[in-house]
Amino acid sequence: MTHPSSGEALAKSSSGGIGWLLEQRVLLSIAVLALLPWLLPSQALAVNVLIYGVVVMGYNLLFGYTGLLSFGQAAFFGAGAYFTGIAIGRFGVPWFAAVPIAVLLSTCLAAAIGLVSTRTRGIYFSMVTLALAQLVYYVALQAASFTGGENGLRGFTVDRISLFGLQVNFLDPVNKYYVLMAFAALAMWFQSRILNSPFGAVIEAIRENEQRARACGYDVERSKLIVFMLSGAISSLGGCMLALHLSIVPLDILHYQTSGMIVMMVLLGGARSFFGPFVGAASFLILEDVISLWTPHWQIFVGAIFVLFVLFLPKGIWGTPLDMLGIGKARP
Amino acid sequence: MDLSLIIMQLLSGIALGAVLVITALGLTIVFGMLGVVNFAHGALFMIGAYAGLYLASLTGSFWWGLLLAPILIGAFGMLIEFVLIRRLYGRSIDDPLLLTFGLSYILVEGVRIVFGSDGIPFPTPIQLVGVLDLGIGFFPRYRLFVIALVAVVLLVLWLTLEKTRVGLIVRAGARDPTIMQVLGVDIGRVWLAIFGLGVGLAALGGVLAGPMRSVNPEMGSLVLAEAFVVTVIGGLGSIVGAVVAGLMVGVSVSIVALFAPEMATIVMFALMAVVLLIRPQGLFGVRGRTA
Repeated sequence: MTHPSSGEALAKSSSGGIGWLLEQRVLLSIAVLALLPWLLPSQALAVNVLIYGVVVMGYNLLFGYTGLLSFGQAAFFGAGAYFTGIAIGRFGVPWFAAVPIAVLLSTCLAAAIGLVSTRTRGIYFSMVTLALAQLVYYVALQAASFTGGENGLRGFTVDRISLFGLQVNFLDPVNKYYVLMAFAALAMWFQSRILNSPFGAVIEAIRENEQRARACGYDVERSKLIVFMLSGAISSLGGCMLALHLSIVPLDILHYQTSGMIVMMVLLGGARSFFGPFVGAASFLILEDVISLWTPHWQIFVGAIFVLFVLFLPKGIWGTPLDMLGIGKARP
Repeated sequence: MDLSLIIMQLLSGIALGAVLVITALGLTIVFGMLGVVNFAHGALFMIGAYAGLYLASLTGSFWWGLLLAPILIGAFGMLIEFVLIRRLYGRSIDDPLLLTFGLSYILVEGVRIVFGSDGIPFPTPIQLVGVLDLGIGFFPRYRLFVIALVAVVLLVLWLTLEKTRVGLIVRAGARDPTIMQVLGVDIGRVWLAIFGLGVGLAALGGVLAGPMRSVNPEMGSLVLAEAFVVTVIGGLGSIVGAVVAGLMVGVSVSIVALFAPEMATIVMFALMAVVLLIRPQGLFGVRGRTA
């Protein structure tokens, strides 16, 4: 045996005809996202689903596929947003350079946090990632001259996107959505590539049985660190999207409540499925939207719904039917 | 810098650390026995503070609040274990963690509905208002009381665990629950009691912290992170570890606050990172379970 069978091979073996369709999961997902502004009640909601979808998708790599329950993903989401804002607002970097720079710097941050946290296992990992992410929060709070402290980061606005001579008015909500969707599509393609690669099989092997993966000769520690960085990189891209979208970065984005929200979203949608994060982000945001219409205390209902999901529907809205249909293994 | 000032700050740190010790102890005892990390621990700390405040104003005495709040909230904790957490034994270790996280949302929002979102001042009990002259400086009486009370609680806990039959059952249950069942001990009841104790300690921490910080629905979120830092430094599941690390964190935060106030919150996380790099299992932790 050279490699454990990859996701792609599983798709072929588990469901012949559908298998081909499932292999097009990136294209199918993009198609659904392209229709999203017309399926959801408001444009603003659709943009948020897109952004949080990317963040949660990156997190899913860590939690769903590798089985590492981190409570610190907000650090990378926030880092992506802050670095983008600082690069554009303070250093006058154009947006197309700011985004890759922000992702790169956030990945470095993920490497630093990952280096400490992946040395621990199980519940310890959750606690350590939470604590280290809170460290990032307090650093951002104190470094007010760079981050704006409690007031959040302001003073950078991208109103025009120009690439290869093409000018797009970024203030128009529809244009904005499709520009950001291009980022999301890139992230999805990247994530799908990771999952289909031998490395994707290794991280799933670690989730299923860490000792066996080690016995097979895989460097578990290094794989965990790499997946931690990849996950941070994808989530930070979501942060860049948020910064471009809002033109401000609120400090709360770094708080562990945001990490908790990301965890809730992935569970609502379904960890270990490709499109689940988007379903989870959409469900959470729609719930928030609907419930906050008639009570300011929407969190109590979201908390209760989440508790019920943990108890009775741990595979989530998207993961549960996939499992019942027997195509869960293909992870569409 | 004046030496007496540093000593006073050291004492402040010990008072701060004492509250951390009590809170982290609840977290670590529950983990040691049940293998569950309670993410609602911070929220229950906050509810303890509110319950203490409410009971104190109801009875007109801080002391009733201090006595009754941990008992009532501890009983509430037992209800949580009985109704919710019990269903998750045998499932993934992540599930109780996720469930208690959802629970903390409900608890925080519940308090916001009942008491409002704004902070409420928690008056210091009349007997402990003011400062005491220690010869080298003046120190708040209430903080001295906190240090003394925590010392007494720790002593009682230690004697119970080490010297009584109940303590024996608890220690044995942490080692090997299956054997305990074979010997005819209803381990479910032990777990119920331990969870109640852990939550009661969180509530006690909350009441004690009340007069030192203002009471608001969000106070639990910082405490949860602090309690995590303390248990990670001390070693999850280790009682001695929680005590040593709690005092260590309290003192370092206080001392750093003297020289560089803006670094005060950051220093404990840095301390944790250093400990993790050198000893991933924590100062008093056992290797294997967590690192």
